Amino acid sequence: MDTAFYSTQLIPALNRGLVMSVKLIIPSGLIGLMLGIVIGTLRTFGHPFIRKAANAYATVFRGTPLVVQLFLLYFGLPNLGIYLDAYTAAVFGFILCSGAYHSEYIRGGLLSIKKGQLLAAQAMGFSMFKTMSSIIVPQALRRALPGCGNEIIYLIKYSSLAYIITCIELTGEGKIIATRTFRYTEVFLVIGFYYLVLVTIASFILQKLEEKFKIPGFGKA
Amino acid sequence: MTVQKPPILRVENICKALGGKEILKSVSFSLNKGELKVLIGPSGAGKSTLLQCINFLIPPDKGHVWLEGVEVQSRRKRDLYAFRQQVGMIFQDFNLFDHLNALENVAIALRKVKKMHRPEARDRAVAELEQVGLGDKKHLYPAELSGGQKQRVSIARALAMDPKIMLLDEPTSALDPELIGEVLSVIRDLARGGMTMILATHQIGFTRSLADEVLFMEHGIIIEQGSPEELLSPKACTRSRDFCSRLNDLYTENE
Repeated sequence: MDTAFYSTQLIPALNRGLVMSVKLIIPSGLIGLMLGIVIGTLRTFGHPFIRKAANAYATVFRGTPLVVQLFLLYFGLPNLGIYLDAYTAAVFGFILCSGAYHSEYIRGGLLSIKKGQLLAAQAMGFSMFKTMSSIIVPQALRRALPGCGNEIIYLIKYSSLAYIITCIELTGEGKIIATRTFRYTEVFLVIGFYYLVLVTIASFILQKLEEKFKIPGFGKA
Repeated sequence: MTVQKPPILRVENICKALGGKEILKSVSFSLNKGELKVLIGPSGAGKSTLLQCINFLIPPDKGHVWLEGVEVQSRRKRDLYAFRQQVGMIFQDFNLFDHLNALENVAIALRKVKKMHRPEARDRAVAELEQVGLGDKKHLYPAELSGGQKQRVSIARALAMDPKIMLLDEPTSALDPELIGEVLSVIRDLARGGMTMILATHQIGFTRSLADEVLFMEHGIIIEQGSPEELLSPKACTRSRDFCSRLNDLYTENE
């Protein structure tokens, strides 16, 4: 086996790419989830006008391919005089896309909360905002967490699309080496392994979160 | 000569239609400080709707509500939230916040609505839970409490807000018969302590012994109104009396 290829070329490049991937995934995952919570709540409890706007956003971003969204952000926005660098365009794209998907999981969680919870909070003088932030959303999030975790795992993998708009991350670095050396099989096997590790770590964290927020009466005893 | 004080709560001409059906047809009554008025009547009479119209959880189509002589401007959010803080509400199915333990259930409104600091809210919550006999259950979640305990937590939660009046919407109707007593005894203590309350219930024995006035509702109007003796004594020839004796045939009350 050609260990020199791995140790001097492939692994250093992939590690460099891994750093970039993590830099894409973490802000996109966190901000995307927060956006999803806001949009999901507006889609469920918002003023009818805002609800329509939030639904329209979700329809557009769930209804078009992520690649198209990234191209428009990176190559389309300059037509409007807005110039984003590749990294920023990619993070924006991921946030907007995963926010739309998260909003649907959150909406499912919100719809499962009984109306009495809302009435009880309002009867004590909670404003609508505080009812949502202190009572309804914390319960809905617990129910939405498995779905949201799913979306975060998807995000880890679709972050590979960033290289298409020249933000060279894990897949991008690998592809460059594979093209140059023509060792596609080895390179992509190793890339696959990197993603598998990332997803395993993410699953572990998500599982810990579910345990941390577990409450008697939700799910199995 | 004593000066006539205005009633603490006055409700006038409340009307509400839901889904094209008139649920409340011009309901009016008033409540003096320290009074316990009991709302009875068959299910579907509009008792719950009336109680929820009083604190605007269901916005009435028409009508006015006065608290201590000041009309509630329900359209002004700030006024509405301030009003609701002064009106405690107890629900038939408790509506404890499922994600919070008993202590946090009581403390959360103190922190989020009354802006109390965490330790202060905690102390107050502990005191209220002890008041309803649940000092040792403060770390349990709603799913770990019995129905009677849940309802007592919800009473503690309402009392922590220092309400001027309490609206109790069939507080014992979702309870197993052997758990009704513990909740009624808390309500009895409240009544004796001078809390102003309006209580919708089917507990006739309780009504007889504690109510200052009985309001009998049917088809969205108060059709009879008077002291328990006037309305419920065996000699009384009233619709209320009739209804209660039918209830008694159905249930043997555990008082």
